[in-house]
Amino acid sequence: MSLRARKMKEGAAVAVMIGAVGAFFLLFASIVAAILVRGASGLSLDLVTKLPESGLYLGGGGGVLNAIVGSLMVGLGATALALSVSLPLVLFINLYLPKGARLAEAVRFSLDVLWGVPSIVYGACGVAVMLAVGMRGSLLAAVVVVALIEVPILSRACDEVVRLVPRELEEAVLSLGAGKRTLAFRVVLRAVLPGLVTAALLAFGRGIGDAAAVMLVAGYQDGIPANPLEPVATLPLAIFYLVSTPGAQARGYAAGLVLVLIIVFFSLFSRLLGKKLSPHRIDH
Amino acid sequence: MRADGSHLQVSNLTVRYGGHTVLSDVSIDIPDLKITAIIGPSGSGKTTLLKSFNRLLELDTNVEVTGEVRIDGENIYGPGVEVTHLRKKMGLLAQKPTVLPMSIYDNVAFGPRLNGRPPRERLDEIVRTHLVAVGLWSEVKDRLHKPAAKLSVGQQQRLCLARGLAVEPEVILGDEPTSALDPRSSRTIEERFLALKSRYTIILVTHILRQARRLADYVVFLYDGRIVEHGPAEEVFGAPRERVTREYIEGVFS
Repeated sequence: MSLRARKMKEGAAVAVMIGAVGAFFLLFASIVAAILVRGASGLSLDLVTKLPESGLYLGGGGGVLNAIVGSLMVGLGATALALSVSLPLVLFINLYLPKGARLAEAVRFSLDVLWGVPSIVYGACGVAVMLAVGMRGSLLAAVVVVALIEVPILSRACDEVVRLVPRELEEAVLSLGAGKRTLAFRVVLRAVLPGLVTAALLAFGRGIGDAAAVMLVAGYQDGIPANPLEPVATLPLAIFYLVSTPGAQARGYAAGLVLVLIIVFFSLFSRLLGKKLSPHRIDH
Repeated sequence: MRADGSHLQVSNLTVRYGGHTVLSDVSIDIPDLKITAIIGPSGSGKTTLLKSFNRLLELDTNVEVTGEVRIDGENIYGPGVEVTHLRKKMGLLAQKPTVLPMSIYDNVAFGPRLNGRPPRERLDEIVRTHLVAVGLWSEVKDRLHKPAAKLSVGQQQRLCLARGLAVEPEVILGDEPTSALDPRSSRTIEERFLALKSRYTIILVTHILRQARRLADYVVFLYDGRIVEHGPAEEVFGAPRERVTREYIEGVFS
């Protein structure tokens, strides 16, 4: 191939990549702009500090504090619950099973399948269980079902991080006479902590943004649940109700903006935390 | 064929990975308080032999080990052997330094802390002694509580050696321990090995023949999973009995 032809090919490849980056930013900016433009008039201090007053959805006053607090409860609760399942699972398949074990591959395959299952299906399964035990839509049910939705994401993300731990580090620790529990909890967990924070954030983002499952299992109320068996409002559902109500749409978009801001906040927080947690990263 | 004074004996060791034979009927007595170099071309089974000494092979699935490796007379592949106890008798130094995600001090103290918590002064003493032994003390004594990952690669490897020594092993296993290091750091590690052999039995896998010549008292030549010959370094290097050994050390193939 001539030098000229190679240069042209190289140029074309770079152009495609730059185009992709541009398209990504355009998409991102247009989503933010759409929410801003449509929600700006609905944005007020009342929106984030007040509970809905009667008839909010019919153009009444008040805010969506119930949904903000509810979403944080569901998102944080579900992520904590999912972590308590995902971490032991990932440590087990990576450190306790021999390398290349079939069981580990079976677990990874199942997680990939579960990742692809739409959240409405989790919601439907949740409803089936709730009907069987005579439970109504509640915070508890929402936390459990959203945690189930998060487990595949969290586990696979953690799995990828733990798999990056060099085999040599593992061998070094075992050679010192350490058991696998010490290896898992005192070395590997510490080595992958920054990655775990990112994984938890991914899962949290999926959980707090979920609408389909919470629609079935969380119920909805204008207040803040006083105990886990009460129904709970969430931002995605608040957005759904508001945007589909004539006259309340601006507040619906504003609520969407609030949801985006919550995710931005947690992203920044996890970046800072990740940096703070990685003094032991090897840079060479 | 038993060397005088050997605490580590291999007899009829065969290792298969999923039907593929990596080591075939290997028998050898590793002489005490000497540096034994395991040499041979890539894929000849050097690392596998080394890792069979502290049962690291079992981290993989589909590995089948037959034969015996005896340490102090006990077959480590026998039933009921406590693997963590056995591994403490062996310090491992890997190809690339593998510092733990913690401070310099905690790296060295990691092993001693595994069985209960020694008193602070005792631990300080252990850390100092072993950092001195690897020639790292003067370089790090003012930053013991800084992350070990911030050290240079050469310093990290010496830290790994100190960490291994702090467990008070009988044997040091080196798996091409200088291959990731610059020449000066390599030389430091080699000097440490020579200094340490008065107290430890050292087994060194190396693909660098000159390194084997510089360090080894005893040489094991592996080819295609079998021991072709072994003996005192001056014999193997000076007057190899087998043609394939001679060709390898003359550089006909590598």
